[in-house]
Amino acid sequence: MDKFENFSGVAAPMPMINIDTDMIIPKQFLKTIKRSGLGVNLFDEMRYDGDGNEIADFVLNKPQYRAAEIIVAGKNFGCGSSREHAPWAIKDFGIRCVIAPSFADIFFNNSFKNGILLITLPQEQIDVLMKDAEKGANARMEIDLDTQTITTSDGESIGFEVDAFKKHCLQEGLDDIGLTMANVASIDTFEAAASAARPWV
Amino acid sequence: MSPKTLYDKIWDAHVAHEAEDGTSLLYIDRHLVHEVTSPQAFEGLRMAGRSVRAPDKTIAVPDHNVPTTLDRDNAATMTEDSRIQVEALDTNAKEFGIHYYPVSDVRQGIVHIVGPEQGWTLPGMTVVCGDSHTATHGAFGALAHGIGTSEVEHVLATQTLIQQKSKNMKVEITGKLRPGVTAKDITLSVIGETGTAGGTGYVIEYCGEAIRDLSMEGRMTVCNMAIEGGARAGLIAPDEKTFEYCMGRPHAPKGAQWEAALNWWKTLYSDDDAEWDLVLTLKGEDIAPVVTWGTSPEDVLPITATVPAASEFEGGKVDAAQRSLDYMGLTPGTPLNEIEIDTVFIGSCTNGRIEDLRAAAEILKGKKKKDGIRAMVVPGSGLVRAQAEEEGLADIFKEAGFEWRLAGCSMCLAMNPDQLAPQERCAATSNRNFEGRQGRGGRTHLVSPGMAAAAAITGKLTDVREMM
Repeated sequence: MDKFENFSGVAAPMPMINIDTDMIIPKQFLKTIKRSGLGVNLFDEMRYDGDGNEIADFVLNKPQYRAAEIIVAGKNFGCGSSREHAPWAIKDFGIRCVIAPSFADIFFNNSFKNGILLITLPQEQIDVLMKDAEKGANARMEIDLDTQTITTSDGESIGFEVDAFKKHCLQEGLDDIGLTMANVASIDTFEAAASAARPWV
Repeated sequence: MSPKTLYDKIWDAHVAHEAEDGTSLLYIDRHLVHEVTSPQAFEGLRMAGRSVRAPDKTIAVPDHNVPTTLDRDNAATMTEDSRIQVEALDTNAKEFGIHYYPVSDVRQGIVHIVGPEQGWTLPGMTVVCGDSHTATHGAFGALAHGIGTSEVEHVLATQTLIQQKSKNMKVEITGKLRPGVTAKDITLSVIGETGTAGGTGYVIEYCGEAIRDLSMEGRMTVCNMAIEGGARAGLIAPDEKTFEYCMGRPHAPKGAQWEAALNWWKTLYSDDDAEWDLVLTLKGEDIAPVVTWGTSPEDVLPITATVPAASEFEGGKVDAAQRSLDYMGLTPGTPLNEIEIDTVFIGSCTNGRIEDLRAAAEILKGKKKKDGIRAMVVPGSGLVRAQAEEEGLADIFKEAGFEWRLAGCSMCLAMNPDQLAPQERCAATSNRNFEGRQGRGGRTHLVSPGMAAAAAITGKLTDVREMM
């Protein structure tokens, strides 16, 4: 996994609540056996009409947001299915950070495993960032994971919390399986004890 | 010893390693696999030269893509990309030596129906699958939840998951349910109360008389939709009904091991003085047959209610409700039981078990669906289908004008050819009414099997109690 670097980028405002995984990547695109190439279908049914033409007023189709690297969204972003195709599509489009009042649990885990930073903030701060995002392409937001700070285009700083382990994995680009393999002796020991205690498993 | 919840007990029995910050490696007892969320995980193993650590605990079955029409043996019934995914699962199952139920096997079906049916799912286990409705298995008092593909690969390679412990939430349904009210109405009503994010960060334990009174099938329906309330998992403490359901199943323990298992299973309940981070109590008698009107599972109302106006909501929900009403083509004030439908779908991991088919058949017996309504029953597994045929249910469905299908996920998420056309309106026993879920532009109303059957007869959303 690539290391997460601090960056500044354009933020797309998506104030809608409950943006679900079926909106992020509809089921017809789950038939792939690859992880890549889904960006073109991110938010497919909101982004294109039935004939495949772009819907002009969808935020990511607007000229100022076509190269967005941040999404500021309403609460419960990513609810619904466990499909990792959702973060794959987000990442493939070029989004590196999503900021919202809350995220669905499985989507949250899936995103960090793909190097995407999810930031949870109270609604009042989301409102500030949403306004900033609405300013368009000249208003670049700065995301600093080292200091855990977002800086708006007006220079306002907003701090955020992130799980220390997840932060470490993002910054080092660590592969979870490799990390767990370092504890394989614990797994061996546990497995032996568990299979003695619960041999039917 | 400090008092524990059921979730605490299962968690504690599965921590293989704990870091200082509380991040744990949770050992996984059963890993269920299907064709959509696993190809990239197996490919990852291959690239890294890794094997499946516990193939005996890994069970695969294709379900999402498979056609459910009787001609599905003909490869042409599947699109090219669907066929490639199913073939990839065939190949991966063989190459990595995991248990496998191919499309041709009578035991094939929806992974969350096959697992319990074959005795893979047992009380006290940790169960994961690359599918959010893994919560279903919580009905057995197993800690069961959905995972993404990276985690599928992690479990395949290490038989563990990196986890942080969730908080404990108790949802108690007291007293008895009224006639015509089912497990589906319970689970939808709970989501109506909590909202789709209300369970985020929690594992829910469902308890109370109305839950104890449910069959195992009903309990699976309740836990299945825990994820729609945002919870990591839903749980129900095992009891005699659970043990009876498990006994004698192909992969359940036998003889002395059964006795040993039973002894442990009987300790799996929340201690009386256990502490809960959140408690929700509903009276069973207050729960009505419900239906969803919008595009989120929290948009739940009794069938006797009317379509709400967006202005009745607060905050971000005002815009969301307006968007839902526009998408669903509904006018505020319309009685829900006057909404005409085009299609009825009975099936899915929520309501595709034998009891669900019995409930629908009970309403349909001797009746016919309304002309022009497309109606289908998709059993949750080949064995459910066989049992329904043996009990004469299949004949009832066919005589009522329903299509009698083979097992699979089908129109619940419409990855196979079973889809809604734009603006087509469906009474569905499945679990999600998201925009486009059952087909682009399709409109989904979530209901119980009895309500779906009633809707097929009248051609509109209908109070099942009028048909009983």
